[in-house]
Amino acid sequence: MSGWRSLPAGAAVLRPGSTADNITGTWRVVRPVIDQERCIRCGICWMYCPDSAILELKREYTTRGGKRYEVTYEVDYDHCKGCGICANECPVKAIEVVLEAK
Amino acid sequence: MLAGLQRGARERAVWRRAGLTTNYAVAFAVKAVDVDVVAVYPITPQTTIVEKIAEFIHGGELRAELIHVESEHSALSAAVGAAATGARTFTATSSQGLELMHEVLHIASGLRLPIVMAVPTRALSAPISIHNDYSDIMNARDAGWAILIASTAQEAYDTVIQAYRIAEHPDVQLPVMVAYDGYLMSHTLEPVELYREEHVREFVPRRGRRNVLDVRSPITLGAFATPDNYYEFKYQQEAALRNVEGVLREVEADFAARFGASYGPLEAYRLEDADYALVTYGGAATGNARVAVDMARERGIRVGLLRIRLYRPFPSAPIITALAGVKAFAVIDRAIAYGSPAPGPLYKDVAAALYMEGLTVPGISVVHGIGQRAMYVEDFYGVIKMLAEGASTDKVLFLGLRE
Amino acid sequence: MEVEARFHGRGGQGAVTAVQLLASAAIAEGRYAQAFPEFGPERRGAPVRAYLRISDRYIFRRDPVREPSAVAVLDPGLVLVEDVLAGLRPGGIAVINTRSGEVAAKVKDSRPDVDVHVVDAEAIAMEVLGRPVVNTAVLGAFIKATGIVSPESVRRIIEDSFPGRLAELNWRAVEMAMGSVKRL
Repeated sequence: MSGWRSLPAGAAVLRPGSTADNITGTWRVVRPVIDQERCIRCGICWMYCPDSAILELKREYTTRGGKRYEVTYEVDYDHCKGCGICANECPVKAIEVVLEAK
Repeated sequence: MLAGLQRGARERAVWRRAGLTTNYAVAFAVKAVDVDVVAVYPITPQTTIVEKIAEFIHGGELRAELIHVESEHSALSAAVGAAATGARTFTATSSQGLELMHEVLHIASGLRLPIVMAVPTRALSAPISIHNDYSDIMNARDAGWAILIASTAQEAYDTVIQAYRIAEHPDVQLPVMVAYDGYLMSHTLEPVELYREEHVREFVPRRGRRNVLDVRSPITLGAFATPDNYYEFKYQQEAALRNVEGVLREVEADFAARFGASYGPLEAYRLEDADYALVTYGGAATGNARVAVDMARERGIRVGLLRIRLYRPFPSAPIITALAGVKAFAVIDRAIAYGSPAPGPLYKDVAAALYMEGLTVPGISVVHGIGQRAMYVEDFYGVIKMLAEGASTDKVLFLGLRE
Repeated sequence: MEVEARFHGRGGQGAVTAVQLLASAAIAEGRYAQAFPEFGPERRGAPVRAYLRISDRYIFRRDPVREPSAVAVLDPGLVLVEDVLAGLRPGGIAVINTRSGEVAAKVKDSRPDVDVHVVDAEAIAMEVLGRPVVNTAVLGAFIKATGIVSPESVRRIIEDSFPGRLAELNWRAVEMAMGSVKRL
């Protein structure tokens, strides 16, 4: 760890987005699991997540019923704290909350 | 008093000599250093500073953003925001206003923002008083700001100019308060020599500061610090504040070369051969004590005066040098540190500095001019006589208090 | 110290402005001066005091003037409610705004050593300014009685301090008072 001489003055954080270095996924007791078959790509979970831990990936997905989506939503498990807000907000109940350790 | 070289510099630098109150002198200094942002809330005796600044802005003499806010807490918060973007920022307050700013004082110093604030000092409620003493500034003395206390309108003008050089110095990067007697100076008209603004602006050039908020190069200010780092950041602040005394000397050397004036962290008067010393700060206490010293000298008492100008960081070494040789001294405080080992805040600092050097010079803590109880030259002469006669063994004196 | 003066007025009459103008005039002459109010909460009508020091040397002391060499009284009614001569040095000067001179005679009787000067500043103010703002008229009488600053310096300071026509009128009040002030 840096000593007082080398830390930036005024506790300034000089690298934008450096909070991502803090792995908060270990705080989680339960984890959200997205069912890609039921997900309608509305983006509500992405919008509501208080930790920006829903990732919007430019990755195509085709459901078994043949519906094609341009994007895929996935959980960033390095940062998801398992609050469950995404599951609560999902309009089609496509997110299930499961225990991390049984 | 001035060396020939300095006199020449002063003649070139002075634009005009005018009768001004200290508050107006401060407003002229703010204009001369060309501040970008002024955020203020009115409170007497500060108000006439910003009234004058508002006039300058209205008349097009100063191009600055004047932010009207709804409280002093907001005034300093706005100043913090402005300074965080790299803007040259000024604010001013007194008394309850400084109290209301208190939590933001620590934020400004913790974020290392070079804000300059003028504080015409005033007593605190209750009971309500609009009059002068130094209770407000003394409550702010450990907030991590550099504190300079001026004793004349000219010095207040000079000090505000110097304060920007000190605050913005890379080894400092801290806010600076410039304090002086409310009313007794803020509303007293006296001669001030104003400098040519181009000379002032050359003295206080705009050097881009590092780590400022800029959307083109984003950083975060005001983040959380865990126990792993908080201590180091606070020590940085302490180390930076302690750099101020050296930086002040360096800045004043340049100031003397350009403007032919300097003051130093403290001023000694007739102390070389003194048996006794008065220690003061501010205008009325210092001016009256100085006249009392001359009176006592005429009557054969070898007494001198030590006036503290730099209060934070505390200039221990030169104070020890100045007082080590006297038989006894009295510190005249303009505030009460309630319930402390001694009632005088400056006395406690002086005593601690002497103790740390292993010295036990006898000293008295004198409280005077609370809520602007009139202070006369004769009062200070009385204290000198008391020191010289060694009649009293009291270490504490509430001067002029009615029983 | 060449002059230590005390001005007695009522809040709103301009006693503070008067001492500030005098100090500024002295400063413009290259001298040292100090002007300050009593610093009470300033309320319109309440008795106020303002102090003035002028010297050829730097003025260090900053205490209220207790032993003035001159006093000025902006409102004759103040003589009844305050000891306007308190501490006035022997042979000191008193400049009093009074219409009838009755008040001034009383002052002279109480301290025969005092050099009393009277001026009807209110009449001058009403004639010139149309308002009972007597400070510049009393100032005119004061500089005539004491000779402490030159009228020319006062004129320049008034021109610097008041906008356009007001400067002209106030200077006129000063001149009229200089012409009409009488020594008892």
